[in-house]
Amino acid sequence: MSQKSAVVAGKNLIIDPVTRIEGHLKIEVEIDNGRVKDAWVGAQLFRGIEKILKGRPPEDAPLFTQRTCGVCTNTHALTSIRAIEDALDIKAPPMAEVIRNLILSALVVHDHLVHFYHLHGLDWIDMASAISANPAKAGKLVAQTSNRSEDPSELYLIQKRLKDFVKTGQLGFLENAYFLGGNPAYHLTPEENLILSAHYFEGLRVQLELARAMALFAGKNPHAQSMVVGGVTCYDSLRPEIIEHFRHIWKITMEFVENAMMPDITMLTMKYPEALKYGSTSNFMAFSDFYDPETGKDPYFKSGIIWGNNLHKHDKMDLDNIAEHVARSWYEGDKARKPYEGETDPQYTSYEDKDKYSWAKAPRYKDEPMETGPLARRAIAYAKKESETTKLLDDFFKKTGMKSEQLFSTMGRTVCRVVETTMLTRRMEGWINTCADRIKAGDDKIYQKWTMPDREIKGVGTCCVTRGALSHWIKIKDGKIDNFQLVVPSTWNLGPRCANGKLSPAEQSLMGCPCPDPDRPVEILRTIHSFDPCIACAVHLIDGRGGEPKKFKVL
Amino acid sequence: MPNGNRFDSLKMMAGRKKLDRRDFMKFCTVMGTFIGLGPAAAPQVAEALLNKKRPSVVYLHGAECTGCTEALLRAYEPYFDEIIMSTISLDYCETVMAAAGHASHAALEKALRNPDGYICVIEGGIPTYHGGEYCKVGGETFFQLCARVASKAIATIAMGSCASFGGVQAASPNPSGSKGVNAALESVGVEAINIAGCPPNPMNFVGTVVHLLTKGMPKLDSWNRPKMFFGDTVHAHCPRQEHFNKGEFALSFDSPEAKKGWCLYKLGCKGPYTYNNCPTEMFNQVNWPVKAGAPCIGCSEPNFWDDYSPFFHPIEDNPKS
Repeated sequence: MSQKSAVVAGKNLIIDPVTRIEGHLKIEVEIDNGRVKDAWVGAQLFRGIEKILKGRPPEDAPLFTQRTCGVCTNTHALTSIRAIEDALDIKAPPMAEVIRNLILSALVVHDHLVHFYHLHGLDWIDMASAISANPAKAGKLVAQTSNRSEDPSELYLIQKRLKDFVKTGQLGFLENAYFLGGNPAYHLTPEENLILSAHYFEGLRVQLELARAMALFAGKNPHAQSMVVGGVTCYDSLRPEIIEHFRHIWKITMEFVENAMMPDITMLTMKYPEALKYGSTSNFMAFSDFYDPETGKDPYFKSGIIWGNNLHKHDKMDLDNIAEHVARSWYEGDKARKPYEGETDPQYTSYEDKDKYSWAKAPRYKDEPMETGPLARRAIAYAKKESETTKLLDDFFKKTGMKSEQLFSTMGRTVCRVVETTMLTRRMEGWINTCADRIKAGDDKIYQKWTMPDREIKGVGTCCVTRGALSHWIKIKDGKIDNFQLVVPSTWNLGPRCANGKLSPAEQSLMGCPCPDPDRPVEILRTIHSFDPCIACAVHLIDGRGGEPKKFKVL
Repeated sequence: MPNGNRFDSLKMMAGRKKLDRRDFMKFCTVMGTFIGLGPAAAPQVAEALLNKKRPSVVYLHGAECTGCTEALLRAYEPYFDEIIMSTISLDYCETVMAAAGHASHAALEKALRNPDGYICVIEGGIPTYHGGEYCKVGGETFFQLCARVASKAIATIAMGSCASFGGVQAASPNPSGSKGVNAALESVGVEAINIAGCPPNPMNFVGTVVHLLTKGMPKLDSWNRPKMFFGDTVHAHCPRQEHFNKGEFALSFDSPEAKKGWCLYKLGCKGPYTYNNCPTEMFNQVNWPVKAGAPCIGCSEPNFWDDYSPFFHPIEDNPKS
């Protein structure tokens, strides 16, 4: 039997695998006096998509790159497309951009929803406690905190379902949950747990609808197929009944986001005030996205930089300041490189090594670690005094007693995720209307022809992926991919230390994180999960330049 | 079509036993037909799904993107929550399970000791270079983990094209030496059912599980794919096939022919070479790539990344094939 992920190595605690994420992640922390004193966050898988892309036709790249992640599929496809369109200096027709906005917004909302309930939810919800709730009382609470009318019969049904499930003695996905047997780290009342459990299951149904919404235009979900360099291909979707189906799903989603997600994060913030006190990082970075379909300008999500948690000041984002370090990753060398010149030669040391301990690279902006994702985006929007973010956050602060500086925390990160979900879902209606109007007017120009030049070209595409800032960098030579690099949210947030020894945002966020019960390190999981880790994305890297990897017999 | 309001879906969710008996039997009839047992098998399907003891499932993740799990979350008949609450006992699945770290390992070990056995599902390729160290779970290589779990399973299902045939990371030059389950684990006596597709249609997975519960091993094709889902080519049931037969092809994505829904073969469609039920089952109940104007990329075939690309050129233009 190999080494297991129990408490090992003196004072250190290893959590491996970190579950309820996408991909393979190991966390090792040193604990002193019930708090984390040092942390190492290591990705445990690598695959080599960039190396695989070399020499292939650029227009195939979106199909490959979206397989870096089955969660952010469409966003990787779109980012590749943007990189290639940038290199070709072409623009997709406005109607194609409307459709891309619809697909992308549905994806971000979908992803935030699934993360909030299904990946992060069980860090806060005690499903077992829901069994002893009074559904009528819970129903009243729903009526008080949302626009939903009191309807305890739904909650009765959910409770019965949970009871029946537990009675079978087969706990399945809840086996060994940290809340079983009672855990002082879980603070919700049985009624609150019942409400959130009901939303966990209802959320599963809503996400299915949102995936369907994406598929209406993307051909399927996961892994879109209708987005191509030059536009989209889904002529069959340009029908009023399709847009009305999309609108129907949007309405279901809107109702859920306003009446479940928002009240739920409000409840969690008030019941877990301690989670506003740990989990902070310092610097924040965001790209812009959701461009106006007509002009290609005036993005709905705005780019920017925040240094040192200063909500009163923001900097301009400049792509030229990005470089990737590999000194502490399982790659050769210690030189930081800009993405166009990215190079990656694997050099695995060992599972126990603390000098080199991750397959993820360490991207840095002006040599500094940057957190990216919903917290970065909303903090930058707040610093820029963007009206919707400001209003939503200020209302939230008023309601919960949270302070603006507490955004920089484990719970703050999750608050921003829900705020962003709310504003983006509201915004979707406008794109739906634009799409409907254009269909009515007979606009079926969704593709722009292009030709690949013989000369060398390069381009970069950026995207506001659910969990952060994604960029794809392509160099094209003789009509083939000469170099392709992905700088992904999970390497920004969850990479290792850099050549200068600076911790990644996730490592930084763990410093001082309480860990009163090392057998049930739920506070550490709450902090790590608040980033919405997605590790397959972070481990796309390997460039076996200098020969084929040696073959070893495995057993 | 849009289905039901919120309350209806919650009622549905409250368990099969509470469902209207007629609705449930209708579902069992559909499922019976779907897996090739015919409508008369409905009682058999019903019994399997209402079995008091749910079969244990251990779901492992390797070199993959989690797209197959994501696809499974979109299962429709039954819904994912019904699958994990009423149909199977999902005793280990890193994406969904509550426990983490050593607690998740304890859950795994408990499932492996289950006296009734377990079904092993593997998503992702198995890296084999460098002693398999390119993918580790709890310090154990994915290869070791799979060998340990799959070799003792009642049945092993390779979920998706990565687990079936190596997938995207196995595309040339296959930097991690990734292989599909059958290629990697042959030496330890594992023979997996391949639910190919990138991602696979979740219905094909659910149908396979129901078949295993009702009639045992389904009939497999030469690539170990259940014939009931992978028996015909995508082309065979493609609504654009009549245009193919008439020689009516779209030659570019902005052509009137593309708008009219003519055949995408000359834009690279690999439907004639690809075995799957996409045109009849569709994805997310609403669409599938060819309907959305996108050429089939052959994602349920072995080695599709290399043998079926470039994706926007017909296969006869592809110097590799």
